[in-house]
Amino acid sequence: MRLAIDIGGTFTDIVLEHKTDLYTKKVLTSSSQPEVAVIQGIIELLQENKINSSDIKMIIHGTTLATNAVIERKGAKTCFITTEGFRDVLDIGYESRFDQYDILIEKTMSLVPRKYRYVIEERTDINGNIIKPINTKKFQSLVDIIKNEKFESIGIGFLHSYGNPKNENDLKEFLLKYLPDVEVSISSDVCPEIREYERFTTTVVNSYIKPLISSYLKKLDTELRQKGFNCPLLLMTSGGTLTNVINACNNPVRLVESGPAGGAILATSIAEDLKLDKVISFDMGGTTAKITIIENQKAIKAREFEVDRKARFKKGSGLPLRIPVIEMVEIGAGGGSIARVNKLDQIITGPDSAGSNPGPACYSNGGDNPTITDADLVIGKIDADKFAGGKIDLSKEFAKNAITKNISDKLNIKTETAALAISEIVDETMSNAARVHTVEQGHETSNRTLIGFGGAAPLHISRVAEKLRVKKIIIPTNASVGSAVGFLKAPVGYEVVKSLRMLLNKFNFEKINNLLTSMKDEAEKIIQNESEKTEYIEERFAFMRYAGQGHEIKVPIDNEVLSTKDTNKIKESFETNYEKLYSRILPNADIEILTWSLSLSIIDEKHTKYIELDAYKNIKENSLIDFYDYASGEKIKTPNYERKNLKPGDFIHGQCVITEDQTTIVVSNNFNTKVLSNNFLQMEHINNE
Amino acid sequence: MNENNLIDDKNNIQNQVMWNRLLSVVEEQGQTLVRTAFSPIVRECGDISAGVFDLEGRMIAQAVTGTPGHVNSMAESVKHFINHFPLNTMFEGDIFITNDPWMGTGHLNDFVLTTPCFKDNKIVGLFSCTSHLTDIGGLGVGPDATDIHMEGLYIPMLKLADKGVMNKTLLKLIGQNTRQPVETEGDVYSLAACNDIGCKRLVEMMKEFKIDDLKKLSDFIYDKSLSAVESEIKKIPNGVYKNSMMIDGFEKDIKLEAKLKVSDNFISVDYTGTSDKSKFGINVPLSYTKAYTCFGLSCLVSAEIPNNAGSLKPFEIDAPIGSILNAPYPAAVCARHIIGQMLPDVVFGCLEKAIPEKVPAEGASCLWNITFRGKTDRGPNNNSLFAVTAVVNGGTGARPNKDGLSATAYPSGVRGTPVEINEAVAPLLFLKKEYNPGSGGKGKFNGGLGQVIEIKSAIDEDMDLLASFDRIKFPARGRSHGESGNAGQVSIKNKRKLNGKGTQLIKAGEILQIFTPGGGGLGDYSDRDKELIETDIENELI
Repeated sequence: MRLAIDIGGTFTDIVLEHKTDLYTKKVLTSSSQPEVAVIQGIIELLQENKINSSDIKMIIHGTTLATNAVIERKGAKTCFITTEGFRDVLDIGYESRFDQYDILIEKTMSLVPRKYRYVIEERTDINGNIIKPINTKKFQSLVDIIKNEKFESIGIGFLHSYGNPKNENDLKEFLLKYLPDVEVSISSDVCPEIREYERFTTTVVNSYIKPLISSYLKKLDTELRQKGFNCPLLLMTSGGTLTNVINACNNPVRLVESGPAGGAILATSIAEDLKLDKVISFDMGGTTAKITIIENQKAIKAREFEVDRKARFKKGSGLPLRIPVIEMVEIGAGGGSIARVNKLDQIITGPDSAGSNPGPACYSNGGDNPTITDADLVIGKIDADKFAGGKIDLSKEFAKNAITKNISDKLNIKTETAALAISEIVDETMSNAARVHTVEQGHETSNRTLIGFGGAAPLHISRVAEKLRVKKIIIPTNASVGSAVGFLKAPVGYEVVKSLRMLLNKFNFEKINNLLTSMKDEAEKIIQNESEKTEYIEERFAFMRYAGQGHEIKVPIDNEVLSTKDTNKIKESFETNYEKLYSRILPNADIEILTWSLSLSIIDEKHTKYIELDAYKNIKENSLIDFYDYASGEKIKTPNYERKNLKPGDFIHGQCVITEDQTTIVVSNNFNTKVLSNNFLQMEHINNE
Repeated sequence: MNENNLIDDKNNIQNQVMWNRLLSVVEEQGQTLVRTAFSPIVRECGDISAGVFDLEGRMIAQAVTGTPGHVNSMAESVKHFINHFPLNTMFEGDIFITNDPWMGTGHLNDFVLTTPCFKDNKIVGLFSCTSHLTDIGGLGVGPDATDIHMEGLYIPMLKLADKGVMNKTLLKLIGQNTRQPVETEGDVYSLAACNDIGCKRLVEMMKEFKIDDLKKLSDFIYDKSLSAVESEIKKIPNGVYKNSMMIDGFEKDIKLEAKLKVSDNFISVDYTGTSDKSKFGINVPLSYTKAYTCFGLSCLVSAEIPNNAGSLKPFEIDAPIGSILNAPYPAAVCARHIIGQMLPDVVFGCLEKAIPEKVPAEGASCLWNITFRGKTDRGPNNNSLFAVTAVVNGGTGARPNKDGLSATAYPSGVRGTPVEINEAVAPLLFLKKEYNPGSGGKGKFNGGLGQVIEIKSAIDEDMDLLASFDRIKFPARGRSHGESGNAGQVSIKNKRKLNGKGTQLIKAGEILQIFTPGGGGLGDYSDRDKELIETDIENELI
């Protein structure tokens, strides 16, 4: 038996896995002491199901705590020590503006203000040679400053330290000797990659959240033990693998965005169960929608991510992190996203959200901005009496008033037309994000299966599917707690990334093989702490480009000692990938490798309840409801079903609305719906040409 | 409400949806260009433009990447292509190319490629894009030339591809006329690839929405954008507003003079009174003058309205022929960005008299790109020569109710280059690159800070600095009693001053020291919030 815990901004979701059954619980997050709600929720869930703490064999935990500490600036008092002459790298950033036309933008400032940034004489060059050694005599004054200012955490970042970490290591060692209680993070550990702004920023974020995360995790671990849980506690990382408490405390920056990573893992495991090679994972909640590509039953991994985007999810307005992440795009489109009319008389939705307080207008909680949920209610996608299992009362009148006042009066159109338009615009926004993201990864959308979860996804997924020309949709069970369910499917693993620049035709095999061996040792050491199993899956990648280009593509390489015969293989592999992305290869250009990654993961045996059914039979609806159809703009009587009454093998032809406790599945006229053997819903396009 | 209205509503919503789609298509077009480019100023800094056009040559959507210098100039260039190659002579798979400064985007380093887009064997629209190539021969990226032919290879309007077959002769010719043949060829391919993506997506969209031509959609976008900008202009008091600004120039000081007229539904800017053209390559073709002037106007008047033929229509820009802002062939124009990027400040100075509450102070404005050329030990393809441009900025002017942005590009939209990347691609060693405290003009709101930068050769070799800097003699001025920002400085550290413009030698071992200009302040410094002053002092920013 295993437990998964997902702490979100509003709710903490807990999922108990017993053989192949899942039991879920949602409690309010206790922001100041998150462990309180976690413990309370776990105890309640176990009591409800008459299970002892000693029966639990593993607890898997993901949290937005790290992200929120950054966004709300609630981390530790942190200082940053860097190379003399480069005190402002953290603030100078890209020297650009994330919005071309808005002269009033605010840039995201570093977590460490200038007054807490100190410089020392030292310098390493591009080749890793130390051209100015550090002078330890000058360190004593640094120690005094740190003591006087009572810094809790220190970040160290020197130029070119990814090529030679000696100076950073020496300083760290010295500081720890005199300041044993202060946390120290060095850039060559946290993010050994070229490009100083990203490397330093990642290091500073790590330093900033380290004291908070480690004290929280240690408290949680202790309390769990006191309550009789003697099983391992593992943490979900942004890269989609699991890590133990010690590693999480050392490298907490890797916990940022662990919730959405859980969602992507869920989609990956569904893709495996159902044997789907080409998938788009679509996770739409109250505030944002997250879109991830799953290719050959694997989520695409990336190495960069932006946290704390100031200008409402606008690219470039946040702090760039260079960490292993699951590649996804997150946009401000959720149930709570606000709709309005802009200067061009266009309806726009989001990216700002009404949140849970006051929430959408229909919550009758003082909110008077029309949201996606209000529009969904007016068009009949949401049944006011059944929302959240009937636990939250929705007012259709308040929803209509908000839309009339803010949208339809301004445009002189009917309220229902405006509601349809709001829904259509948000669907278009999400589809555009999905399309651009898919193409950036070098893929198409149209031949894929869409897997939808999160509270709002089932309401919008069939229209999004039409726009992406997707022919098949899957809605799993427990869709509204998808991330936590995903945690249970994650592998234990670790990824190491290192920069070592080299032209392919001047390949230094000894250097590369040594580097890869040391990377493997590092990864092995970490995962051996977490699991007794010694067999694991190893993956190696090189990040390559034509010499002279600025962006690399990711190319898989063999898990063996490399030798001369491999250069051609690597070249071919690069060219195949390049051509797939950009249509033409360049015959005359040199190829170079910048960065290497190596990951190890342990995979548990899978349980699946999915078997292919031979036959499906038509069933009769529970009732008929009024529903506005986008294609015709008309009100149509639409069949309504209760999901709990649906059984494997059931078949619904065409348009319908399927209600369940925490969400509603809206199926357009272009899809037929099947209930699979594992109770997942599968919608298939009627004209499957 | 009758049925027709309902259909109109639906069509409007559908047009709006397709408009959003077009914006996402051109965004993707631009991203493809950045990801495949070789030229560092494109791949690290995003110096590009990409857009989609209707059959009249009207731009209907443009990617919000890159730099405003390409905005209006690329918009015009497609009309030139259509005049030169009539639509009925275009075939699927054709690609057209030019780097004509007067028909393209203002200097020979910018290649413009235009690709007609076909659906069911019928031409439905055109995609165009432009990016800055590192080297196109001639004297290199600096203002030293005295006519256009000294600045490199001049490519007239030609076919780069004919029904899908690349023009090998032209590619060879281009390759032979650049110091970086592999990279330049790669960049041409990259431009072609990005238009291909655009065409593909446009056809997909037209199939999805079941339309056979773009006429109605294009009219919809044009009309909506035009009337939106017009209604913004109506909010500005009618009148004629004048301003003039002095800048350094090359061989002599330059006066930029503008008369801005606000009417009911349009704004005109006339640069009569501006200095005559220069002997050197800092001259500006009119298309580029229009581009930066429109950009300045858009920022204050119509910032939220996407750029297209309709939203640009209400802005009428002119400069006397032979002036530095309308320099005709064969004037040298390579470093036209120096003066072009000053034009938003000139426009703001006019608008200050009409809408003072919206106008920022003057900033460093022109990019302080540091271009070096010399011997290297680390070039790709065993090249023993290097040419590199480190993109670097000063501070922007203080803004209404906010300080200026330190070390940030404005009006240009490009990114700076990381120190570690500069040192990887060229044999340079940076000794310093940080804020220059106190360099922003003081005011109720301070101007943004400039930077202090020190660089020397990493391999003890001589190298050339191709200087193209301004605001060394005339700093960015403050407004409403705000003080001027610090002027820029270029020198060999502890030795001698260097000129702001022109190629100069930096000897092995010498340290180039640069102070980029600070932005001007806004309002009286005695009105500055005491807490802000304390924070400035604590952080050693003043």
